[in-house]
Amino acid sequence: MSAFLPKDEAEASDYVKSCYASGQSLTLMGNGTRQHLGRPIVTAHTLTTSAMSGITLYEPSELVIRAKAGTPVSEIEKVIAAKGQMLPFEAMDLRHVYGTQGEPTVGGLTATGLSGPRRIQQGGVRDHLIGVSFINGRGELIKSGGRVMKNVTGLDLVKISCGAHGTLGLLAELTFKLRPKPETEATLLINGLSDARGIEALCLAMGTPYEVSASAHLPSGSTRDPAQTLIRIENFASSVTYRVEQLAHALKAFGVWEILNAQDSAQLWHKIANVTLLPSSSALWRLSVPPTKAAACVAQIKAHMSIDYHYDWSGGLIWVSCATDNAAASMHIRAAVTAAQGHAILIRAPDQLRATHPVFEPQSEAMMKLNASIKASLDPKGLFNPGRMYAGL
Amino acid sequence: MTQIAFPTPDPDILARRDDIISGLAALLPPECLITSEDERRAYETDALTSYRRLPLAVVLPRSTQEVSAVLCYCHSQGVKVVPRGAGTSLAGGAIPQEDAIVIGVSKMNRILEIDYANRMARVESGVTNLSITDHVMPEGFFYAPDPSSQLACTIAGNIGMNSGGAHCLKYGVTVNNILGATLVLMDGTILQIGGPALDASGLDLLGLIIGSEGQLGIVTEACVRLLRAAEGARPVLFGFDSSEDAGACVAAIIAAGIVPVAMEFMDRPAIEICEAFAHAGYPLDVEAMLIIEVEGAQEEMAMQLERIITIAKAHHVKVVKESSSAMEAALIWKGRKSAFGATGRVADYICMDGTVPTSQLVHVLARTAEIIDTYGLKVANVFHAGDGNMHPLIMYNANDPASQALAEAAGNDILRLCVDAGGCLTGEHGVGIEKRDLMRHQFSKADLDQQMRVRAAFDPEWLLNPAKVFPLDERVPVDAPVPRKERAAA
Ligand SMILES: Cc1cc2nc3c(=O)[nH]c(=O)nc-3n(C[C@H](O)[C@H](O)[C@H](O)COP(=O)(O)OP(=O)(O)OC[C@H]3O[C@@H](n4cnc5c(N)ncnc54)[C@H](O)[C@@H]3O)c2cc1C
Repeated sequence: MSAFLPKDEAEASDYVKSCYASGQSLTLMGNGTRQHLGRPIVTAHTLTTSAMSGITLYEPSELVIRAKAGTPVSEIEKVIAAKGQMLPFEAMDLRHVYGTQGEPTVGGLTATGLSGPRRIQQGGVRDHLIGVSFINGRGELIKSGGRVMKNVTGLDLVKISCGAHGTLGLLAELTFKLRPKPETEATLLINGLSDARGIEALCLAMGTPYEVSASAHLPSGSTRDPAQTLIRIENFASSVTYRVEQLAHALKAFGVWEILNAQDSAQLWHKIANVTLLPSSSALWRLSVPPTKAAACVAQIKAHMSIDYHYDWSGGLIWVSCATDNAAASMHIRAAVTAAQGHAILIRAPDQLRATHPVFEPQSEAMMKLNASIKASLDPKGLFNPGRMYAGL
Repeated sequence: MTQIAFPTPDPDILARRDDIISGLAALLPPECLITSEDERRAYETDALTSYRRLPLAVVLPRSTQEVSAVLCYCHSQGVKVVPRGAGTSLAGGAIPQEDAIVIGVSKMNRILEIDYANRMARVESGVTNLSITDHVMPEGFFYAPDPSSQLACTIAGNIGMNSGGAHCLKYGVTVNNILGATLVLMDGTILQIGGPALDASGLDLLGLIIGSEGQLGIVTEACVRLLRAAEGARPVLFGFDSSEDAGACVAAIIAAGIVPVAMEFMDRPAIEICEAFAHAGYPLDVEAMLIIEVEGAQEEMAMQLERIITIAKAHHVKVVKESSSAMEAALIWKGRKSAFGATGRVADYICMDGTVPTSQLVHVLARTAEIIDTYGLKVANVFHAGDGNMHPLIMYNANDPASQALAEAAGNDILRLCVDAGGCLTGEHGVGIEKRDLMRHQFSKADLDQQMRVRAAFDPEWLLNPAKVFPLDERVPVDAPVPRKERAAA
């Protein structure tokens, strides 16, 4: 097994071409902070994008940035913050979750496609990814999308590149649209609501005209008592003041809301975004369900096993932590999300567990057949991260 | 003289027309099958009216199961299929071909479920764009993408084209507002992609299907995202003595950290045409006008406007006109949204749809004027300035084939210009037949081959809307599955 460290697309393309010729498979990596996400795989070689790094275009007045796949997310965030801009989807940092070190890359961010709390309002990674270039399984450099906000030219290979966990191509360069960073933020907080009541408050808040930018419920449990229900507003200072007041009034049936100032609010959402509030040694699941079905979904799981958990995205995103030695956990969680019309990813678990249980939501036979054809159209010899998402894909 | 080619119809299919129609008749009641020439005429073109082809037959199924049965049958018979919503495509995306049947979703137009708490609606795909918003507006909600054709166009067509609208600057285009879809593949397989929960599981097939112009499957249902409307909205008119000033003003507003809900641009010819039609109170003594809309509570809108007006003044704004009533606001948007229709009253036109980086707007406008001059034509520009999505309306005389040829040639030059300026051929209308042959200007052979290979993963025999998007020659990449005829023979 050898490790490739191409310095640019041309070198990367040569490596892939040689693998195409020999049929030898490749593990694709950024700086490896999320390498434990997905099914464990064994490949002939590893290709790391660390050396393919750097911002290649930044136009603040156009709200657009383009960077090589190996560029640290922190570098991008720093450069755009200096111009008062941000990645709208609130990039997650999973180093705490995985206990990994090093700088998360924008390629890894895109390949895994996981978004933070602001996704509920602004959309996810895929919604802001407007251009990609990637190397397909033949070693060809392919471009899709571009640097403009609106582009429907040809078949869109941009969105599907996001969240494919490196199974379709080696991401080489990515273009994102940005948003101005809001002037300030504040969070409304109320204590002691049940899951169902808390989520009811969140759904009502999302249905107001005040543009809630994040909404979470942290239930009482082993590490917290009482429960906290949280609603974030980001905007110009005067609007934040106004909107927070209006919301507290609109939601007064739930009790009296406290207000967290900008600093406390930012700190708290940082923890929620990066899932640092849950135990770091257990198995970790990420469930996505319609918000109004979330509390029942959790109740169904709790009927079978003991868990720590909290809700983001108006209740629709549930982070569930449970013991790693519970072989039935997967079955119970999958059954509960299916009943709730949702889906789940096993984010963290020992290799053995991820090798024997589905990590990503199981798909119908027809869907798997289509997925296999799509994979074959991009990576005909199945070189890239084989089996990372689904067996045989 | 028509510039855009159609493939030669398959004589074998034409000869089997009667058989095919009886095959279809066995699957659907008579009111769902259109075969007479008179009635088929209604489906021979879309909003690219200078091109038309009479389809073999038109099928209007009432359910996903019927769509599946029809596709399965067509697949078994090797019959091509052109999916159709309301037929408002400006790119010829819904224009049939003589050896194809049209599958229209107009009978599937029910809203199936409205769920305010989860901010989601489940609809059949033939529902019109505006009817969703109309349905949820009493509760203060709306469906965000708002193409100017929203009264007529369907969610199916919006998904086909990944349509946008004036308010997409803030709320995103179709792909950002669809949570799930039911897709029927060419062989009749029914797939449920995504659903009411965010971030559909598995590969992001929604992102691939939205904007695929009816080439991957037929969408029969969709889960769309509903948003709560702002407390208030106020469009304001800004008149400038030059397009340069207007363009620079747009860039400066965004650079100042303000993203208004909409920033629409009109040049003098567009202002005159729209004002004559809508009497919206547009200033007639300016060279360029921006419609900028802000949202929020009264004080919030006032504060945002103050910032915007300060920036506009720094860019020599000549007229600032605020709407003082809901009626005036509605008129301002009526003028903008009827721009195409109003232009159509003055002359025949083709509408280009290239997108450019906003820093290139001024340059591209100036070059557009030069190109139009060279061809001795006239143009009106009305477009989404905030995201650089240009819409030069090139006016010509449809009764004069030479004039049409000139207009098309000018349009092609303008689209090449957009690509060369760092943009793309189409921002929201799609490629259809119209820009098919320009695709090589934007994409390399490897790019196009890769797109076609992905396409073939869904429809290996190229039966679905086959004459669209990709140049007609070099269609099937070398390693795509063997076409059905050869396979049958083998
Ligand atoms: C006056 C006017 C103004 C316009 N303004 C705008 C605008 O502001 N923004 C904008 O984006 N567009 C605009 N358009 C273009 C057009 O309205 C959009 O492209 C619209 O989405 C088309 O919807 P439709 O229902 O008419 O679809 P059609 O024209 O019938 O079809 C469009 C495409 O979708 C495919 N398709 C249709 N149904 C299905 C299905 N069920 N499954 C899969 N594929 C399908 C078709 O094959 C075709 O390729 C405008 C058009 C006009 C005439």
